[in-house]
Amino acid sequence: MAETTTEKPVISSPRDPYKRRKTTRGNYELYSWVFMRASGVLLIVLIFGHLFVNLMVGDGVHAIDFAFVGGKWSSPFWQVWDLLMLWLAMLHGTNGVRTVINDYAERDAVRMTLKVLLYLAAVITVVLGTLVIFTFTPCPTGEPADLLPAFCSA
Amino acid sequence: MTALADRPAATDAEPKAGAIPSFDVTLRIRRYLPESSHGTESYWDEFTVTVHGTDRVLDALHQIKWDHDGSLTFRRSCAHGVCGSDAMRINGRNRLACKTLLKDVNPDKPITIEPIKGLPVVKDLVVDMEPFFASYREIMPFLVTDGHTPTKERLQSAEDRARFDDTTKCILCAACTSSCPVFWNDGQYFGPAAIVNAHRFIFDSRDEGASQRLEILNDKEGVWRCRTTFNCTEACPRGIEVTKAIQEVKRAMITRAF
Repeated sequence: MAETTTEKPVISSPRDPYKRRKTTRGNYELYSWVFMRASGVLLIVLIFGHLFVNLMVGDGVHAIDFAFVGGKWSSPFWQVWDLLMLWLAMLHGTNGVRTVINDYAERDAVRMTLKVLLYLAAVITVVLGTLVIFTFTPCPTGEPADLLPAFCSA
Repeated sequence: MTALADRPAATDAEPKAGAIPSFDVTLRIRRYLPESSHGTESYWDEFTVTVHGTDRVLDALHQIKWDHDGSLTFRRSCAHGVCGSDAMRINGRNRLACKTLLKDVNPDKPITIEPIKGLPVVKDLVVDMEPFFASYREIMPFLVTDGHTPTKERLQSAEDRARFDDTTKCILCAACTSSCPVFWNDGQYFGPAAIVNAHRFIFDSRDEGASQRLEILNDKEGVWRCRTTFNCTEACPRGIEVTKAIQEVKRAMITRAF
């Protein structure tokens, strides 16, 4: 049996009013849950379609070069395809990491910092990606010819 | 069973036909006694007791408390798997000490016994259940109806009763909630037990508070924090399909929202 000491432990009074820190009701988590499922299904189609067209059709993986990407992005169909893929993948991934942070970060400050970093990374990637998809010109006019790919002079 | 049969009986005499084999078993118990010399640090304590093949973990704990160390503290009331007092973490899994036979948890090695996780430990295996019951109270675990009280009983078809039969079995032992990794993090999640008991009323045809309860659980800390790890379903000593019940509540919310 353990010997006793004179030091008295601090025991909180029974029925200490445990409360959820604040009620956080709302449909936000519901929509985010549904979005994860819907975007997941769409991404399966988009990503496997992307992989099939890039790696297996025609010369397959050997055909990929600057001209191949430039050619794809001259078509509005592939612009929309890649844009959808970018947005859905980024939002899907960000939302997934957000739930991981919610589950594993124990202190509020850590949770906040990680989420700010996460959202910042997501916003930068999405904005830059969108900008590239819409403003991409493989042969900009007025540039020195030695900086341009070979097919521009043709 | 062969391992048990090889062990020598407690007495040297030839065991009588039909006699229950007895054997020694070591229990490693996680103890927390703030008034002891260990202070607020919890520590492992080992006891070896002679038990029978028909004994449960609770019987071994009783033997320790009654014959070896009276300071060992744990909860139990009915001792027959109905009151839900003696949920504890036995060999890393949440179980009821009164429903777990020692021979089923490998008595060849020391059996570890810890308090259930995620709730503040008060002493040894006793935890403060108040956060657990606070969540339970929040989902309004009582019949909600409109209008006048009928003069006879509220009748229900057998099919309507069967709809929520599984979730009526809950004994509020907290084995599910304290096995949930999301609950372990910050204890803000409502927990499987609260959702199971909400399910019991949401799918009851006599109850009219379903939308209120769905509103309460449509919370950042409500059903959407469930990651379907199935720890709760595995832990439930009553065999309730807890994760399925949580998913049914989710589905009810989605069909309500769209």
